[in-house]
This record gives sequence, structure tokens and C-alpha cells, in this order.
Amino acid sequence: MKKECKDCGAELTIPQDSMVGEIITCPDCGTDFEIVSKTEDTVEMKEAESVGEDWGQ
Amino acid sequence: MVRICIIYDKLRFEEKKIYNDIQQKGFEATLVDGKSLIFDTESSKSDSRFGDIILQRVISYNRGLHLTYCLEQMGLPVVNSSSVSEICGNKLITSLILKKNGVPTPKTTFAFSTESARECMKKLGYPLVVKPIIGSWGRGVYQIKDQSMAEMMLDSRQENDNSFSRIYYFQELIDRPSRDIRCIVIGDQIVASVFRYSSENEWRTNVAVGGRTEMAPLTSELKEIVLKASNAVGGGILGVDLMEDKERGYLVHEVNNTVEFRGASAVCKSDIAGAMTDYLVKMSSK
Ligand SMILES: Nc1ncnc2c1ncn2[C@@H]1O[C@H](COP(=O)(O)OP(=O)(O)O)[C@@H](O)[C@H]1O
Ligand SMILES: [Mg+2]
Ligand SMILES: [Zn+2]
Repeated sequence: MKKECKDCGAELTIPQDSMVGEIITCPDCGTDFEIVSKTEDTVEMKEAESVGEDWGQ
Repeated sequence: MVRICIIYDKLRFEEKKIYNDIQQKGFEATLVDGKSLIFDTESSKSDSRFGDIILQRVISYNRGLHLTYCLEQMGLPVVNSSSVSEICGNKLITSLILKKNGVPTPKTTFAFSTESARECMKKLGYPLVVKPIIGSWGRGVYQIKDQSMAEMMLDSRQENDNSFSRIYYFQELIDRPSRDIRCIVIGDQIVASVFRYSSENEWRTNVAVGGRTEMAPLTSELKEIVLKASNAVGGGILGVDLMEDKERGYLVHEVNNTVEFRGASAVCKSDIAGAMTDYLVKMSSK
């Protein structure tokens, strides 16, 4: 599935097997989007929260 | 049928893999976004979303820890427990606990203000390693080679008004090959052990900064130290990281609480997600 980056307009490819909660990174501007809902042929995304001081393992 | 709930804030390769594996094994799996949860002092165990046992996979240390407090308060079993999360998420506490339990670990010094950090570095001499006490993926982990680098580090810390940036963690620079070792421990089993080689022009071996993984042989000495480290922090599903000191041998430098295993699973034959599922099923009836 294809979607347009809200920040820079680049084309985002959403893999078929992607799931709600997954992060899609824009190949052009690097913005991270989180998938908030997904059906057969629609996908809703919002800008993912940024990684703060205490992230990571 | 056992119901396992995976709590996440960003769904990575690992969470998807575990989720699929639980279902393939015939158990029920739910994925819950930790960012969407609300608790109150009356919250109770009857909330069916959480199933019989919870796998805590939230990446943010603070969010994960506080969610675990709430879930445990409701009487739900959480892997890893809040006390393990507390220890592993904080490098200062980890170092103290490892030392206290006789696990070989690098010599580490702590300071609690800019002035004492400056004095401390002068006394220790260079090179030395500085790390944020909370955080990962190699972020903020630097080698300080001389006094001018020390001053730069202090400056940048002062610009940050996070209270944790006032706590300084200095470690001796370990003379090691250009790799470290990551062992994945589940309960009392070591399911994977890999070398992580640092990429060119990079000193840290984290996969997040380009580290390359290769299978590592699990020697009996390595096994003993890894299990000792895992028991020291309280046990569960953990990633124990070690360095090979040219003279002292294995030194444990950290224990990871929501272990990433994408790198390890690409080179290890063992079924890491499967072993996690088995462990969760076992723990759900304890
Ligand atoms: N004392 C040290 N001596 C030599 N290399 C180190 C030392 N401490 C850390 N490193 C290197 O830096 C990497 C990141 O350090 P680590 O303590 O694991 O922090 P993080 O939690 O960010 O992964 C390690 O995997 C290792 O390659
Ligand atoms: Mg590490
Ligand atoms: Zn973009």
C-alpha cells in the first residue's frame, strides 16, 4: 500500500504484513509515522512520538 | 488456554515475532499499546485485556517501569518484574548489584555534580568511558581521551536540564577485541550467544550503530558468569552483555531488560521467540 508523507510529500510504502503500532520511516525526510489503524485497503497513520532520554535497550 | 498480553509502545520485529509465535503454538496473544492505557487506584485484575501473564516490551524505560508498577498492583504477573526493570534500566544500579553479587564487572565511578565529575575525571586519568545512567543503543556512550574532551562533555551535560544528566557514570576503558558478547537468557536457560563486532571507525559494538553479529560459542565459563549476572538482577527474559578483557577475561557491563534479538536470531539457530513463549506459559501458572 502507498501513502503520502504528511511532512514532505514523498511516497511511503506500507508493507502488506505491517501491523498497528509499527513505525514507518519516510525514506526522504526521516519522519517516523506510527500505524494507528489498518484494514484491507486503508491505513491511518500519525506522527510517532520522538525517542527521549530514557529509550532503548 | 493461556492468554499472553504483550505491551508495547513501538512495535518492532521482536514484538511481532513473539506475537506470531504465541499464536502458532496455540495460545492466545493480545497486543496492547502501553501509550493508550489508563489506570487508577481501583483498577483490578478482572480487566480481560491483560490475560494470564504480561510480557512487558515497552521501549521507554520510565514508561515501561511505571506501567509495570500499575499492572503488578492489580495482581498481574509481569515479565520482567518491576524490580528487575528498575535494576536493569539504570546502569548505576546494575553496576552496584553485579559487584555485590560477585559478577565480574568493569570498575565504575559515580559523581553527582559537575564539580565532582571534573575532579573525579582528573583523579581517574584518561582514557575513560562516560555513559548516561539511563538510555541505550550506545547513545551518549563516549570515550574521553583527554581533559579537553572532558570539559566538552561537562558542557554538553550542563546544557541538558534532565535531572539524570547531573549523575555521572565513569568506567575504565576495557582493553578488548573489537567486539562484545550478547547472551539472551530466558529463565535459567541461555538461548543465544553472539559476538557483536563494531563497524569501521566505530568503537561501540551496538547493532544500532552498525554492529555486526556472529554466533559465539557458549563456553562453560561464559555460561556460569551469564547465569550469575541474570540471577543477580532477579532473572526473567534478559540480554546480558559482556566484554572480553585481555587479562581478566569476561566482564559483564550491562543487563538489558527488554532485549532486542533481531541481530541474534539472524545468526543463531535457536528459536528465541519460541523459548520466550514457553517461559511465559510456564510462568503464568506459578
Ligand atoms: N568500559 C568500556 N570499555 C570498552 N568498551 C566499552 C565500555 N563500555 C561500553 N563499551 C562499548 O560501548 C557499547 C555500549 O555500551 P553499553 O554500556 O552497552 O551502553 P548501551 O546501553 O548504550 O548499549 C558496548 O557494547 C561496548 O561495545
Ligand atoms: Mg549495550
Ligand atoms: Zn517525508
